[in-house]
Amino acid sequence: MRYLPLTDTDRADMLERVGASSIDDLFVDVPELARLDGPIRDLPMHASEMAVERHMSARAKKNLAAGDAPFFLGAGAYRHHVPASVDTVIQRGEFLTAYTPYQPEIAQGTLQMLFEFQTQVARLYGCAVANASLYDGSTACWEAVAMAGRVTRRKRAVLSGALHPHYSQVVKTMAQFTGDTIADAQPSIQTEPDLEGLTSRIDEETACVVVQYPDILGRISDLSKVAEAAHAKGALLVVVNTEPVALGAIKSPGEMGADIVVGEGQAIGVGLQFGGPYLGLFAVRDPKHVRQMPGRLCGETTDAEGKRGFVLTLSTREQHIRREKATSNICTNSGLCALAFSVHLTLLGEQGLRELAAENHRLACHAADRLARVPGVSLLNDAFFNEFTLMLNGKPAREIVRELADRGVLGGVSLGRLYPGVEALEQALLVAVTETTTEEDIETLATEIEALVKEAGQ
Amino acid sequence: MSAPNKSGWKPAMNAAADGMHNGPATTTGNRALMLEEPLIFEIGHAETTGVDLPEIDPTAPNRLAGLSRAEPIGLVGLTEPEAVRHYTRLSRQNYGIDLGFFPLGSCTMKHNPRLNEKLARLPGFADIHPLAPQSTVQGALQVIHELGDWLCKLTGMPSVAMSPKAGAHGELCGILAIRAAHTANGNPREVVLVPESAHGTNPATAAFAGYKVDNIPATPEGRVDVDALKARLGPDVAAVMITNPNTCGLFEKDFRTIADAVHEAGGYVYCDGANFNAIVGRVRPGDLGVDAMHINLHKTFSTPHGGGGPGSGPVVFSEALAPFAPLPFVRKHEDGSYDLVEEEQREVSRGQAFGRMTAFHGQMGMFTRALTYMLSHGADGLKQVAEDAVLNANYILRSLEDILHAPFADSGPCMHEALFGDKDFGGGLSTLDLAKGLIDEGYHPMTVYFPLVVHGAMLVEPTETESKASIDQFITAFRSVTQRALEGDETLKQAPYYAPRRRLDETAAARKPKLAWSEPEE
Amino acid sequence: MPRYFTEEHEWIDVEGDSATVGITDYAQEQLGDIVFVELPDVGAMLDKGGDAAVVESVKAASDVYSPITGEVTEANGALEDEPALVNSSAEEEGWFFRLTVGDRDELEGLMDGKAYKAFVDNL
Repeated sequence: MRYLPLTDTDRADMLERVGASSIDDLFVDVPELARLDGPIRDLPMHASEMAVERHMSARAKKNLAAGDAPFFLGAGAYRHHVPASVDTVIQRGEFLTAYTPYQPEIAQGTLQMLFEFQTQVARLYGCAVANASLYDGSTACWEAVAMAGRVTRRKRAVLSGALHPHYSQVVKTMAQFTGDTIADAQPSIQTEPDLEGLTSRIDEETACVVVQYPDILGRISDLSKVAEAAHAKGALLVVVNTEPVALGAIKSPGEMGADIVVGEGQAIGVGLQFGGPYLGLFAVRDPKHVRQMPGRLCGETTDAEGKRGFVLTLSTREQHIRREKATSNICTNSGLCALAFSVHLTLLGEQGLRELAAENHRLACHAADRLARVPGVSLLNDAFFNEFTLMLNGKPAREIVRELADRGVLGGVSLGRLYPGVEALEQALLVAVTETTTEEDIETLATEIEALVKEAGQ
Repeated sequence: MSAPNKSGWKPAMNAAADGMHNGPATTTGNRALMLEEPLIFEIGHAETTGVDLPEIDPTAPNRLAGLSRAEPIGLVGLTEPEAVRHYTRLSRQNYGIDLGFFPLGSCTMKHNPRLNEKLARLPGFADIHPLAPQSTVQGALQVIHELGDWLCKLTGMPSVAMSPKAGAHGELCGILAIRAAHTANGNPREVVLVPESAHGTNPATAAFAGYKVDNIPATPEGRVDVDALKARLGPDVAAVMITNPNTCGLFEKDFRTIADAVHEAGGYVYCDGANFNAIVGRVRPGDLGVDAMHINLHKTFSTPHGGGGPGSGPVVFSEALAPFAPLPFVRKHEDGSYDLVEEEQREVSRGQAFGRMTAFHGQMGMFTRALTYMLSHGADGLKQVAEDAVLNANYILRSLEDILHAPFADSGPCMHEALFGDKDFGGGLSTLDLAKGLIDEGYHPMTVYFPLVVHGAMLVEPTETESKASIDQFITAFRSVTQRALEGDETLKQAPYYAPRRRLDETAAARKPKLAWSEPEE
Repeated sequence: MPRYFTEEHEWIDVEGDSATVGITDYAQEQLGDIVFVELPDVGAMLDKGGDAAVVESVKAASDVYSPITGEVTEANGALEDEPALVNSSAEEEGWFFRLTVGDRDELEGLMDGKAYKAFVDNL
């Protein structure tokens, strides 16, 4: 077996050294009823690299990769071009096969990278401090709600109707067990989000109000007023971002008064990967809230010779020390994804991120105009970054998406998929456009939608 | 005699006077291949970029609602050659499995096969969107289903939830399902019993789920005290959480008895599967009465640790808990097609799903790697994995127990890891000093100060992917550093001497946290 | 001014209706370098034996319990900037908080200095 270095001679020598006559002697503590007489049945035996590659490739080929079709999906996961050197870096064994940096003298590579990552995220979000990452955007969103509860000592969270419905689901799932009250809503199909309606739901019991920016329909709006309204009632503003590239073009949540900013970092460096692993980003605007943050934090210090170095710090917040009093049960971060994000963002830099964002917006504007000219199709948004909502006449958008797929076009995410059974949202189609989208792709989508909508109208 | 050294080159090997310094200081602070590297913010510039993109047309109209980001973000860029060098230099300050022996107990730092990496990067897996129409991702759904099937068969459990993002998330998934099951019976109950040797996530998870945590003591031989546990059972106990093999590296031989007693009292048995790698292919937890168990794919099934994640923590469930597992999950139809059961089909098969734990379907990138590993090993190879891991650990235990305090050496064979304590160290030296001494010998230290039940605990886990020669060399080094610790060798207090950094001031870091870079003040 | 000690290594000075609470020198020694102290809010009601504060070293966090029942009147703000005061002056400048003395009977079961020293010597 290619991954097992012991030879039979080694095994025999070692068994002798430990005083066992056979390997079974080392498993004597397993009760008789749980002993097996051989390899587990109904599973194949070992296989060569070539055979395994054949097995897995056969499955990969059954999927339509985004790069092989006109592709317009977003809704919390975005396809961007990732420079080749990102993968080169994350495949270096010293990053790939390292452990959590608990021995800082021999983990400065990971630690310095995390310190750079935390700084990048904090600046992107307009915040003072970011952590070393969480699982993904949706779990980070829950952690923000939980943290707001700790800071304000209140148990009620108000969720915007335009928060990603899966994020709302995660928050509601967790709140069932913690006794928090979650006030959520569904998005209203309007050109602009109903921020007055949202602020009117904030009361003196409210720990936080959670708003997505850009929101699930791709809309963007100034959240300063929401921040003021929340702060007036002693509540925190949590802003959720699922497309970090947008923050190369639009104001940061911190600038608008967000207290906690969380999001999904997947769009930079990580890739689509069918939903995971992704990268939960978490930052706070006010450094005094740091000790209430969940997750690992990397900090600067010096070594015994006075050289700068980095360590994991403030770990008394975490489960391995606080046990049942920890800020979260989270054990890990999303280290390798954080590295991919940080390398990609370092390659972009300020200039590159701004150019990337501008290019996304330019193409999205073009696509929105082109698609809005299709008969039976209208554009909901006045404002958007790289994703917008189309209203389709005739058939539910969900069916149109399926039919587009049959024609080899990955044409967007229907709100019917995200909000099953909600009739008011059935006609809506979310379309995301990035720098990877070509003008031909946009033309293909327009032509195919036109055909399908026309067919439905007949 | 003939000339033994024709070239006449005799490398000078004179050690420094105190035996600890590598020569004079250098101008750069570098020491040959050990290169110092500044932060990106100290070497990059706002206008530098390593990516070629169209220039911004400042006159182009926008639809950004007047929210254009006017102020500098504060990011810096590097060109590709600078970036590659920066990260390459950083990487060389890290220890990794690829570099050497990494006997970190409980963490299972086994070799990460590169085939896993290659196949996870196939565009058919890496470049598909989680919300893509299901007709276009049948192969991906098949992989999730197939991996789930392997996990069920290897554990002897009927059902699996694939979405948890890491071990702790899986643990939470298991406990939430238990709470949901009790709640469906009309009473969530109040208490979760956790052995005192448990990992910190166990009580943190139980507390999160709204349970009070009661500790169960261990016997002197390092196993759960069955009588104490039985005495504590009652109608208020929702579950017990037991790690098996346990954190002392021992198989809980009374697990089945415990499980039967817990079930008798109407509770559920949560098994922390962190150490499943010791028994994979040899023992099925389902045969021991487990109701829920998470599996860390990075430990047992060789997905990379990545410097701290991402992990993946699928949870296997018994019949009793299966209906409460979270959404979404993959379902296979009779015609061989697959679909994803989400909220709208909640009622389809597991009507009492407790909810959703994450936005999408789990760690697909880890699933492809883990399945690749399983296929490589097969049922026979996985059994060998467990056997070699256990043999290696016992070999280490028996090779060190004469010199190092091994509190449970008489409790029978250990499983995949050997536990030692710091008894009899001289000169005020501690486990930490021994660990740092091992760094100088070229090893990543073992896990230290865990589990809490042993003073100065050292948990050594060799894994199955080390050769006998590698283990023998480690034993020699470990014995040597142990000898120094026993003799009270003062020099250990300042170790490591040869790592990229000496000991770091963690107190200063925590007292005045500096968690982000800021421009130096003029 | 009488000083009392608890078995959980808190000290309490009582002066009329007010008392000052901190952790003992022995406790700070056991904890090592203190990096952070979380203090109760002024106005908080504390129960005898209930959680009052948290004291943290790099690798440990310990709860500090209130030796008596009362309302917090003041917290030692100096510890926020300089938690090391607990190490350098645990039983003076490193005090944690002041609270009202509701029920003097609660002081009954506490130790005096001599008893505490004997208690610690036996640990």
